[in-house]
Amino acid sequence: MIRSLLLSAAALVALPAAAQDVAITNAKLVIGDGSAPIERGTVVVRGGKVVAAGAGVAVPAGIERVDAEGRYVTPGIVAAFSRVGLVEVDAVSGTNDRSAPRTRFSAGLDIAPALNPMGSPVAVNRASGVTRAIVAPGGSSNLFAGQGAVVDLADDMDMVTRPRALQYVAFGEDGASKAGGSRAATFLLFREQLLAARSYARNPAALAEWGNDAMIQRADADALVRVIDGTTPLFVRVDRAVDIVNVLKLKGEFPALKLVLVGATEGWIVAREIAAAKVPVLVSPLTDLPSSFEQLGATQSNAGRLKAAGVDVSVGVFDDDDAHKMGYATQYAGNLVGLTRVPGASGLSWDQAFASISSVPARAVGMEGSIGSLRPGRAGDVVIWDNDPLELGSRPTMVWIDGKAQSLTTRQDRLRERYATPQEGALPNAYDW
Amino acid sequence: MIKGVKGSLLAAVSLALVGCAATGKDTASASDKPAEKPAKFNKDPYPSTYKPYPGQVTAVRNVTIFDGEGGRIENGTVLLAEGKVEAIGGPDTPIPADIAVFDGTGKFLTPGVIDIHSHLGDYPSPSVDAHSDGNEATSPTTPEVWSEHSVWPQDPGFSRALANGGVTSLQILPGSANLMGGRSITLKNVPSRTVQGMKFPGAPYGLKMACGENPKRVYGGKGRAPSTRMGNFAVNRATWAKAAAYKKKMDDGKAVDRDLAMETLAGVLAGEILVHNHCYRADEMALVIDMSKEFGYKVSTFHHAVESYKIADILAKEGICSAMWADWWGFKMEAYDSVPENIPLVYKAGACTIVHSDDANQIQRLNQEAAKARAAGRRIGIDVSDEVAWTWLSYNPAKALGIADRTGSLKPGKMADVVLWNGNPFSAYTRPEKVWIDGALMFDAMDPKRRPVSDFELGQPGEGDVK
Repeated sequence: MIRSLLLSAAALVALPAAAQDVAITNAKLVIGDGSAPIERGTVVVRGGKVVAAGAGVAVPAGIERVDAEGRYVTPGIVAAFSRVGLVEVDAVSGTNDRSAPRTRFSAGLDIAPALNPMGSPVAVNRASGVTRAIVAPGGSSNLFAGQGAVVDLADDMDMVTRPRALQYVAFGEDGASKAGGSRAATFLLFREQLLAARSYARNPAALAEWGNDAMIQRADADALVRVIDGTTPLFVRVDRAVDIVNVLKLKGEFPALKLVLVGATEGWIVAREIAAAKVPVLVSPLTDLPSSFEQLGATQSNAGRLKAAGVDVSVGVFDDDDAHKMGYATQYAGNLVGLTRVPGASGLSWDQAFASISSVPARAVGMEGSIGSLRPGRAGDVVIWDNDPLELGSRPTMVWIDGKAQSLTTRQDRLRERYATPQEGALPNAYDW
Repeated sequence: MIKGVKGSLLAAVSLALVGCAATGKDTASASDKPAEKPAKFNKDPYPSTYKPYPGQVTAVRNVTIFDGEGGRIENGTVLLAEGKVEAIGGPDTPIPADIAVFDGTGKFLTPGVIDIHSHLGDYPSPSVDAHSDGNEATSPTTPEVWSEHSVWPQDPGFSRALANGGVTSLQILPGSANLMGGRSITLKNVPSRTVQGMKFPGAPYGLKMACGENPKRVYGGKGRAPSTRMGNFAVNRATWAKAAAYKKKMDDGKAVDRDLAMETLAGVLAGEILVHNHCYRADEMALVIDMSKEFGYKVSTFHHAVESYKIADILAKEGICSAMWADWWGFKMEAYDSVPENIPLVYKAGACTIVHSDDANQIQRLNQEAAKARAAGRRIGIDVSDEVAWTWLSYNPAKALGIADRTGSLKPGKMADVVLWNGNPFSAYTRPEKVWIDGALMFDAMDPKRRPVSDFELGQPGEGDVK
């Protein structure tokens, strides 16, 4: 089955991609919302959206059917925190739009026009089952890094699912360095920028009056106004336990803030406080080294302990390679399942672990209703896997995004095919393409 | 990788040792008695003080064994005694009465993982500037520096590699800022007050070399050679030529001034020190092979080697190992042509295949990296069994480090460096349950006190946590 499906998927890319109506039957069906897999399930996608998924779902007449032959069928992976689309080669600066350290703007930056859907990392991540990603800017010259987006990894030119889906800011050591050398400066700068934005919102003419003494520029103020009123979620990188507590306190002065914690390496120490604040957390879950003094309490049990305390925990791939290796999300989630078998450790059940790389990050960015699971109404992002998707080396055999079947061929495949026999033949390898 | 080089550049304030020929008392005798043979320098001035820790005579039964050399035993038995593998076999293997016996039903037993490429201790956690000791980035050739003089034994990364990764031995290399970065050292992964207490007894030294982007960027950025790949080769060749002349003088019985850099290189030319060459691109590896022949040394292993698949036939013919990641790519230009089938393609060509980490996190799951590589191979019809894939993790790195006669596989008489896994180690759901080093139980998931806690972690948040 795998070979014929791959061929058919490859054939499809030659055509203009169009949303197909498709029913995938005989699936080990994972909805992605934390529920258990459904044997012999069916998912029906029409008009680019999931219309039904479960056992005993009727397949509409005249619709294309794909028999999954009992394999895992899941929603596509949602990369919880990434730079996919912003980077081709990290160390080749012209191809790396992650950060803008020399710009005079900050919160107003919008990564949408920097995204490159034709970049090879998009294809490689898609071939590993990632269909959506939360993409954040890396940094600016100021405290606020700018506005990230939710993107799809489809083989087309339109990558943005939701522009300006988040504002990103780093507290802790990075934030202190940006703000002038102390966490005290971070908190003051944060507050002053938000207050300036609020003044500007009430009286836009004020900005002109402030002139060169302005704490903020118009574009940055526009963006921060949407943070203050909760329109734009504020993703905050923070790791040290007490820093987390202090970030949660920001809601006292700015009650509409929609906080999302990124990293939260010592989150388990203050798990109850995070749960009480109902603030979701994105973790890089296998972080277990005291890489800095703000990560002394690092443990792979962080995700499990947070989840046990009632925190919404998403699993991401960052502090690693955040542009090329989004496919590690499944491996990391699988490791959390493994931790449930280690005495004294905390992990996640398989169902929770899968949700932590699909519906939970979608919820963190406020898009649970439209992506991240196979519940009716969600985008038709569906993956058929050759094996348990959380196991090592499992790969998609077919991927749909918004109901469109996707190419799974990458530049890496082309290289590997060329060098399956490395010696030059009758002509040099360069003629083999 | 990249990180190490960046960090070291910021912190490159130490004095260069280059040119400081240490003319100490060792050479004095040569001038006192000119008719005598020239002084022999002590080749082991910082000797290993490692001694195996006490262990019990132990047997594991009913366990699936990968012996590290490609063999597999179902329902197997292994007996560890006096720090050695005493016996290995099937269910009828005799075991003495009154010894500790573990039931391995549903579990797997393997030789300990050996990481041929680590910077634990010389780029330790916390990765503060004060700890950035992996690149003596003050001269493009520093064969005189020894990584063991940078290793901080209190790096918490050692215990993670033990408890989560089942790593029992590892090579600590200098970084890749320099063409010749210095000597490496092979360690037993045991906690110790001193690096000497970790040194693998009798393991040969290595010389870290680096191709490509890093040296030319680091030194080109300082306005000096090398600033190009051709500059890399020119500086290397000039240095080898000098080393060859130094060695010839010594071989001819002439007195030489003591030169720590030349001693290392002469050791390479004599075959006593093994070359570990950071090199990504296939074309550069081919040039390095010619350079090694030009000056009469041999490359043990190309490290990172993301393009080994393009010249796997040449590497097989030359008998050079490739130490590789499963799927790292794209972080720098010379890592752009990485493919996930690199490891299985090298294996298929009959070349020596090793999975390495170069990373304090991935060293904790090299078994998982091997599993991903194996799966990538299967998808293109290269079927590698579990037990054969384990050779990438223990026996092959042991061979490349010159310690395969003592560890790396479960043969009677070899060091009892052993991991008991709580399931198939090629599953994401599996972790080490027990790790023995020379027969001593150094980690036990069932006993919180059998988990080492470094000095740095004492009295800190999470002391003694499961990690």
